[in-house]
Amino acid sequence: MNFYIVSLIKAAVVAGALLTTLAYLQWIERKVLAHVQLRLGPYRVGPHGLLQPLADVIKLLTKEDLYPPYVSGFLYFFAPFLAIALSLSAIAVIPFGPEITVFGIRTHMQLTDLDVGLLYILAISSLGVYAVALAGWASNNKYSLLGGLRASAQMISYELPMALALAAPLLLLNTLSLRGMVDGQAGYYLGILPRWSIFQGPWPQIFGFVLFLIAGFAETNRLPFDLPEAESELVAGFHTEYSSMKFAAFFMAEYCNMITLTSVAALLFLGGWHPLFPAAYGSDYVAPLLFAGGAVMCFYHGLNPARRRDRYTLPVFGVVFLAVAAALLFPPLKPVLIPLFWFAAKVLGLLFVFIWVRGTLPRFRYDQLMRFAWGVLFPVAMLNLLVTGVLVALF
Amino acid sequence: MDVILFLLFAAIAVACGVNLVVQKHPIASALSLVGVMGSLAVLYLLLGAEFIAAAQVIVYAGAIMVLFLFVIMLLNAGGEPKTPGKSRMAGLLGIPLMAVLLGLLSYLVQRALPKPAGVTFGAFTGGKPYDVGKAIFTEYMLPFEITSVLILIAILGAIVLARKEID
Repeated sequence: MNFYIVSLIKAAVVAGALLTTLAYLQWIERKVLAHVQLRLGPYRVGPHGLLQPLADVIKLLTKEDLYPPYVSGFLYFFAPFLAIALSLSAIAVIPFGPEITVFGIRTHMQLTDLDVGLLYILAISSLGVYAVALAGWASNNKYSLLGGLRASAQMISYELPMALALAAPLLLLNTLSLRGMVDGQAGYYLGILPRWSIFQGPWPQIFGFVLFLIAGFAETNRLPFDLPEAESELVAGFHTEYSSMKFAAFFMAEYCNMITLTSVAALLFLGGWHPLFPAAYGSDYVAPLLFAGGAVMCFYHGLNPARRRDRYTLPVFGVVFLAVAAALLFPPLKPVLIPLFWFAAKVLGLLFVFIWVRGTLPRFRYDQLMRFAWGVLFPVAMLNLLVTGVLVALF
Repeated sequence: MDVILFLLFAAIAVACGVNLVVQKHPIASALSLVGVMGSLAVLYLLLGAEFIAAAQVIVYAGAIMVLFLFVIMLLNAGGEPKTPGKSRMAGLLGIPLMAVLLGLLSYLVQRALPKPAGVTFGAFTGGKPYDVGKAIFTEYMLPFEITSVLILIAILGAIVLARKEID
């Protein structure tokens, strides 16, 4: 009974946190993109546009749900549900932190640990193609169909180098359970260099990491590989005919896939929740210092306000940051929050790279995309796997 | 719990299988086949074969069926036109006769084969990736390698057949 109650609470917490992150990831993306392009981004709704996600949700919920007369009934409705259901269920095996004790109950910061955890994520992501392909086909529209076809061809092609890139660190870590993988990356070389997969001997997985990220851009249909929804050629690609919440489902699925992908990268290559340097050198104080620094900056700008309302909003944020910093130093909360901070920092850093790349690189042509997958990524991933295998077998 | 899940997914698998044959449109048939693959994966999982279940979803439901769907979509194959001259009599007589045939077949098969030991859920625990890998690379090394060579030859054959003649 206890198990069910704990699992329910954990599921509720994870689902709530995930959906909030999804909404705010979109705000982060718009802000970062705007600053890359020397704009300000959302600014009107709430301080610095912080309430913009809420406004967007209300807008999407209340918009008219168009139903074109020429679509193929059932599949047209089924595709967005499939997209969002699959992408949300992938989060179930992601561990966010080590084993913790809350109110005397020992539990892992993870919904469930499968022996085939990584395969589960690969299976879910390989099923995700259906949502896009079916949406394109069921819309009965040439642009949607082309988008769906491009998406399926691209996702099948890039799944291969992605799986090969993932296989190499598995050889080092010797397990398929995501929690086991993170445990295999604990500790430090010479007391300072972390034993993350990208640093771990005998063959550091730095190439695998880069390959995985590149394949990840294509898997999540993001720039520079967002051919399935290339606006200039295909209107909006596979989701041209979708409006209101059905469009929102595809939108959320894309962001959710990004979060899953970056989490897997953080778990497999960047050591999960293990800090960058040992606690003996004060890695526990990085998080409180960062937040305290943020608080100081908020107070400073609150004292020299650029606009009138900054005098009130910025000190409020400063107090919030200070409270977070204090919570990170508070001994009973420390074993929960510090690993969570490191994991979230890695995931957010990778998400920033995703957005950064979107703001920097132009879109590929479709033949270039395919040639890149089969002519460059695939052989390099194969070579990386081969070298890793030989070196692991030798040492 | 296991039995309920088994019955549920066995029923889904059979229903999808029937739907696969009955459906007129190739996309609907292909999706029914995906349903069959998915429910088979759940049945494997119930029997304790985690790795096989994951591989089933990745390989069959994920890769192979996506290619099927892709080809159907690319060729834009439409629904089968209604075939003229299909008699109602054939259906009326055929369905009971088929049921009789199936009953007879299952009876004969059960008579001919020795009674197998019943399957219990949760009895088998050797389905973890470690166990499967060990079995493949020690006990079943030769069949595994031969199968992989066979698949390689099939791939080469497909490429040779599909290649455009270059003058």
